[in-house]
Amino acid sequence: MEGAELAGKILSTWLTLVLGFILLPSVFGVSLGISEIYMKILVKTLEWATIRIEKGTPKESILKNSASVGIIQRDESPMEKGLSGLRGRDFELSDVFYFSKKGFEAIVEDEVTQRFSSEELVSWNLLTRTNVNFQYISPRLTMVWVLGVIVRYCVLLPLRVTLAFIGISLLVIGTTLVGQLPDSSLKNWLSELVHLTCCRICVRSLSGTIHYHNKQYRPQKGGICVANHTSPIDVLILTTDGCYAMVGQVHGGLMGIIQRAMVKACPHVWFERSEMKDRHLVTKRLKEHIADKKKLPILIFPEGTCINNTSVMMFKKGSFEIGGTIHPVAIKYNPQFGDAFWNSSKYNMVSYLLRMMTSWAIVCDVWYMPPMTREEGEDAVQFANRVKSAIAIQGGLTELPWDGGLKRAKVKDTLKEEQQKNYSKMIVGNGSLS
Amino acid sequence: REDFQRIPELAINPLGDRIINAFFPEGEDQVNFRGFMRTLAHFRPIEDNEKSKDVNGPEPLNSRSNKLHFAFRLYDLDKDEKISRDELLQVLRMMVGVNISDEQLGSIADRTIQEADQDGDSAISFTEFVKVLEKVDVEQKMSIRFLH
Repeated sequence: MEGAELAGKILSTWLTLVLGFILLPSVFGVSLGISEIYMKILVKTLEWATIRIEKGTPKESILKNSASVGIIQRDESPMEKGLSGLRGRDFELSDVFYFSKKGFEAIVEDEVTQRFSSEELVSWNLLTRTNVNFQYISPRLTMVWVLGVIVRYCVLLPLRVTLAFIGISLLVIGTTLVGQLPDSSLKNWLSELVHLTCCRICVRSLSGTIHYHNKQYRPQKGGICVANHTSPIDVLILTTDGCYAMVGQVHGGLMGIIQRAMVKACPHVWFERSEMKDRHLVTKRLKEHIADKKKLPILIFPEGTCINNTSVMMFKKGSFEIGGTIHPVAIKYNPQFGDAFWNSSKYNMVSYLLRMMTSWAIVCDVWYMPPMTREEGEDAVQFANRVKSAIAIQGGLTELPWDGGLKRAKVKDTLKEEQQKNYSKMIVGNGSLS
Repeated sequence: REDFQRIPELAINPLGDRIINAFFPEGEDQVNFRGFMRTLAHFRPIEDNEKSKDVNGPEPLNSRSNKLHFAFRLYDLDKDEKISRDELLQVLRMMVGVNISDEQLGSIADRTIQEADQDGDSAISFTEFVKVLEKVDVEQKMSIRFLH
């Protein structure tokens, strides 16, 4: 029985420590500075590791360019220039060269499919999962790596799991309790408190360090907040700084429980993806929500799916048709410390969370941007593109006109027909036939 | 083939299907890495120092004539080493979609064959194809450069 007693004692001391150092400060939103020290040590270690790797490998194999530059030199010339040159002309047998070259370039490296897998890092950050070209460099590096594994799995992981557990249970219990109260300002205040505390706990459970920029532009009540989407953690990150009403797809499992609990305390709008096709219903519900100025701002991710944080894909126009003020927010993760992208076809929610918790940390920057409204004579698509550009520029991401839905679905035939139309205009419009 | 069709930029290419076809040898449904490389090798830029290397050996896949042969095969649907009027029409139809009428397309095809055909068989053989394209800078138009 002594073993059990000892284990009990250790567990209780552990819990008290956790409570004292992490939970209580979260309630008040105060940070004790432990994570800052941790980050500094981490950065120094990673820098040392990079230098060792660079010294160890032969000079030619070091990637001089950053990982986001392509591997081939692509021919970006539009169809007219690529096909002929100066004047428009008739069909010639050599036209096939242009199309086949473009096709092959797309096969070797295209803009879209690479956005749906994790970004490659320029230098290794001591995590096995980012280890693309492993080369044995030196025993010291391997030792540091082993040390890192031990620290991450045996020290950090249990801590984080405990925190996450506490955080989620508190959230579910808290929101259910608050949901029992009748509607009043007390209820709103309490539900905000519960949300904020639990989100802060959850963020600490991921060792998240978040920098907020331009807090003066934080979304106000009755507005719509749009952001680029990398993972469900985006929600946690934004909610730590303010409460939002969320719009999104209903998930099963753990996420489903959390979603149902949150709805009790504060009005969120959850949909089935198939139901989202009924746009009028969605738009109506959202309009009602923003019309009520006392309700919290709505948080929408117009890309519709998780992208790997190197680029911003097409914004779906539905969210921009509602009207109201749009508050854009740009979220950019630092991939050096942990890869936040959720590849939903590869990992389910729980294994994704485990991966998150065994990374070094999640470091990200959140930029709040000045609010935008739709201008006269601008339709929803143009407005969406304008907001998209603003977010991309602020976050330092590339902008792509492709639809994030291409992750799961095939390209629409209309795009191919457009290309065909362009080509036919060329060979007929200027040719000698009519 | 579905894997190739999931690449959006390839899927919207009017000749996308022909290009995908080029990877798969006759009657097979899958291409392995070697086959993939062989087809891709047609697009390697031609380097000067290679000409002097191997005069007696088989011609490298990225020589001018092999590149032209690759392009020829994009037109030659039934692989009989001739581009007939029908094959040309089919490829043209792929490239323009529904925007040009049959008669117009037919005249374009007839004119092209007329200009190229030298032995009067109303079809374009490989030598005739080469002759028509002798002024075209094939090396530049059919090469993909890798960055290091």
